[in-house]
Amino acid sequence: MDYHPKKLLTIVCEAVLEAPLTRDIQRLGAQGYTVIDARGGGHYGVKRAAWSFDRNIRVEVICDAEVADAIASHVAARYAPDYGLVLYVGDVGVMRPGLF
Amino acid sequence: MPLDPVVLFFLLGLGAGLARSDLKLPAALYESLSVFLLIAIGLKGGVALAKLASPVIVLQVAAVVALGVALTIVAFALLRFKLARADAASIAAHYGSVSVVTFAVGTSFLARQGISYEPQLTLFLAVMEMPALIVGVMLARVGGGHQVAWGRLAHEVLLGKSVVLLAGGLLIGWISGESGIKSLSPLYFDLFKPVLSLFLLEMGLITASRLGELRRSGLFIAAFALLVPLLFSLLGLGVASLLGLSAGGAFLLAVLAASSSYIAAPAAMRIAVPEANPALSLAASLGLTFPFNLLAGIPLYWAVTCYFWGA
Repeated sequence: MDYHPKKLLTIVCEAVLEAPLTRDIQRLGAQGYTVIDARGGGHYGVKRAAWSFDRNIRVEVICDAEVADAIASHVAARYAPDYGLVLYVGDVGVMRPGLF
Repeated sequence: MPLDPVVLFFLLGLGAGLARSDLKLPAALYESLSVFLLIAIGLKGGVALAKLASPVIVLQVAAVVALGVALTIVAFALLRFKLARADAASIAAHYGSVSVVTFAVGTSFLARQGISYEPQLTLFLAVMEMPALIVGVMLARVGGGHQVAWGRLAHEVLLGKSVVLLAGGLLIGWISGESGIKSLSPLYFDLFKPVLSLFLLEMGLITASRLGELRRSGLFIAAFALLVPLLFSLLGLGVASLLGLSAGGAFLLAVLAASSSYIAAPAAMRIAVPEANPALSLAASLGLTFPFNLLAGIPLYWAVTCYFWGA
């Protein structure tokens, strides 16, 4: 099986950011994204995911390195100063590279 | 009279949360219960409105919107003594807006004593949620360099879940009337209080999780969260007397004025005024004002209403 190299960009952030963030991600060139409800704890306190305001999400985007860079720079400038969020990028191999 | 059992459910949740019990309702249930409560409140108001709709209501709605705007500005002016503009504006928006659950407990309080109220109070609940959020964002942005996406904000505020469900329920109840809604009443009317009790159990747990933040937010916020509802309830009673409401209606308008939002406002402010610290507004609104209104405020506002209305 041949796998094609891509970047997996992951953002863990407050759930209120889902709409603006996914809009920005697509505008910056990503072909798709996945949003997962998340719980956890850290600098910004514990998110028990018990009610609408107390939830985190994990947004995953598989894309080319340039798109991942563009998204990461945008998130760093636009959201990181005011919101609790974690962003990381890793290498992945994908089937069907045309999808990304 | 002993405490309303729905309030005892709130205390159960609060106690369990403070004792770090592993009790936790699934998030999906919390969302479902809130959808149920909003529809039920809307339907009930709509059915009652169908019976006595009158053009005077339009004027009353305008007065109530003005009350919501005024409360936001007063709260902002008080908060500016100590807080930065963004934090003051965000907290003010919470206090100018309303809490649906506090309103529901207020109606339950009246029902237990067999006291009626004007049907347009439900309409007031629906229209009082929004203006404060818009005024709050304006106060945060006056003279500031931040860009505001007003279109997006208006969309979020006007088409938010609570407004859509409350207004939709009002409309469906109004169109269907009492006889038409009969087939729905076993779920929406007969089960209202049991569902409210479950919702308040969860609210108790959530409140317990916010109490810790109070220690960090300081005395000024605590004093604000406990004193402002008293002041605002009096302003609500003042407007109620101008509008010629009955004792039951005046009491509920006082409850609306005294209550603060902790569902619509936090989400709207987080997006529109991100530099405001959400821990401050939630500690005040959810950690103090909500339990205060439930446990002490509601009986107190009723006593004050009785004094002025002679009920």
